[in-house]
Amino acid sequence: MSKIKTYAEINQKLKSGKAVVLTAEEVSKLAQTASPEEIVERVDVVTTATFGAMCSSGAIINFGHASPPIRMEKIRLNGVPCYEGLAAVDSYIGAAACNPDNPEYGGAHVIQDLLEGKDVLLEAWGKGTDCYPRKYIKTKINIETINEFTLFNPRNAYQNYNVAVNTTKKMIHTYMGTLLPNLRNATYSTSGELSPLLNDPDLRTIGIGTRIFLGGAQGFVVWNGTQFHTTKPKNEFGVPVTNAATISVIGNLKEMSSGYIQGAYYEKYGVSMFVGIGVPIPVLDADIARRVSINNSQIETSVLDYGTVGQPKLGQVSYEELQSGFIKIKGKKVRTAPVASLSKAREIAGELKEWLQNGKFEITQPVQHFPQNTSLNSLKETEADND
Amino acid sequence: MIKKRYILNFPPESGDKAFTYHLVKDYDIRINILKAEVFPGKRGSLLLELQGKRNNIENGVKYIQSHKITCEPLDKRIHFKEENCIDCGNCTAVCFAGALTMNRESWKLEFDKNKCVVCELCIPACPLNLFEIDFR
Repeated sequence: MSKIKTYAEINQKLKSGKAVVLTAEEVSKLAQTASPEEIVERVDVVTTATFGAMCSSGAIINFGHASPPIRMEKIRLNGVPCYEGLAAVDSYIGAAACNPDNPEYGGAHVIQDLLEGKDVLLEAWGKGTDCYPRKYIKTKINIETINEFTLFNPRNAYQNYNVAVNTTKKMIHTYMGTLLPNLRNATYSTSGELSPLLNDPDLRTIGIGTRIFLGGAQGFVVWNGTQFHTTKPKNEFGVPVTNAATISVIGNLKEMSSGYIQGAYYEKYGVSMFVGIGVPIPVLDADIARRVSINNSQIETSVLDYGTVGQPKLGQVSYEELQSGFIKIKGKKVRTAPVASLSKAREIAGELKEWLQNGKFEITQPVQHFPQNTSLNSLKETEADND
Repeated sequence: MIKKRYILNFPPESGDKAFTYHLVKDYDIRINILKAEVFPGKRGSLLLELQGKRNNIENGVKYIQSHKITCEPLDKRIHFKEENCIDCGNCTAVCFAGALTMNRESWKLEFDKNKCVVCELCIPACPLNLFEIDFR
């Protein structure tokens, strides 16, 4: 029987500096000459990472109370609307939020500005109550003046994602970048064999409570992400061939770095935020060793036509093909381009590896695993109620 | 022999002269017109690729400049805030000229400005708004 390790054993090795930590790319290379049984013996933790635009992100902010106090019922930060339906001075700013008059600057940019130590203009309105008499406030805030500044992202780090193409005669602008007409380019977004959820496709080690690298600091997985779908079709290597599972993450923005959180604007689409995430995967047994050994030729994804309603699937390609620079669709050679940064993802996997090797980062067993056999509802339209 | 791209900007009064003819005839320069915007009586902008002997090109450029036409190497007109680039690759998706490409080892962006045809698609394609091209 092959070796089985516990979280406690691996943490002991990490603490004493004896653990062997490899990035997911390094372990995929090692797997060319080593079996999963040998990898469990030789490797303790594998670091995975991604750095891509993740719209479902945002920050919880507590502004602190002014004197006299105000119950903030409408809030703007540098003109960007923030959620006002919480307690008096609590808010949530969504990465994709923006003022329609200035659509290129949004919540993600506000978060980035605060992260970089810049002053941000806060304006808030309230109706005035007995306990919160003030009706208006206009002041500057920054990362030092606010109390909590917590990144809380409902959906990040998609397990695989589609390749986007456009078969129509018109150029289209999407969150997958600009798609040229007549199949003249194809864009893809995950970091392939380095991508977190592709290295643990059954989510045996990633669950509620998993400690992760988030935006340059230590953060946590708090829940399954929204649109969490575990029953998408999988290929012979057990990897879903389209976007499937997701994670919801949380972390202290005051500890993060703007090198790993970046506001972005997509022409004729809107604002989004690049988020850097790294997830350590403990090599507990041969099954996990086999999973983390997966390489780009074994990970496939679906090519979808973003120009046509319903986004019909035009084919299936591997990340090895995508990273070669060209794929074949309908017999046509199509140029590929990434829209997420593999070089940044490598930087993150490398940094997380260092944290682990230096005993700065403890791996965690999930407090609870994610649900299984989930699928999604679509939004049905009921007959309009005209009363 | 060298090959280099230049952006030419014509003031209203210089729009009707046959400069390209003189570049070919008098300076033995092979010209490839890659982009042209001509508004008679107002202004004109040209992207030219000039190929020829180094001193012929230098003299040809001086000849153009002596007629109140600005003529600057293309790379001087492209401003790219490289230090802020995150190497996401979005610009390479639209760059059909092959000036913006990803290095397939390091996955860092590479920019060969001399392949740029000033299609300007990279400007809106960059989610960080890092490109500026001064063509007009």
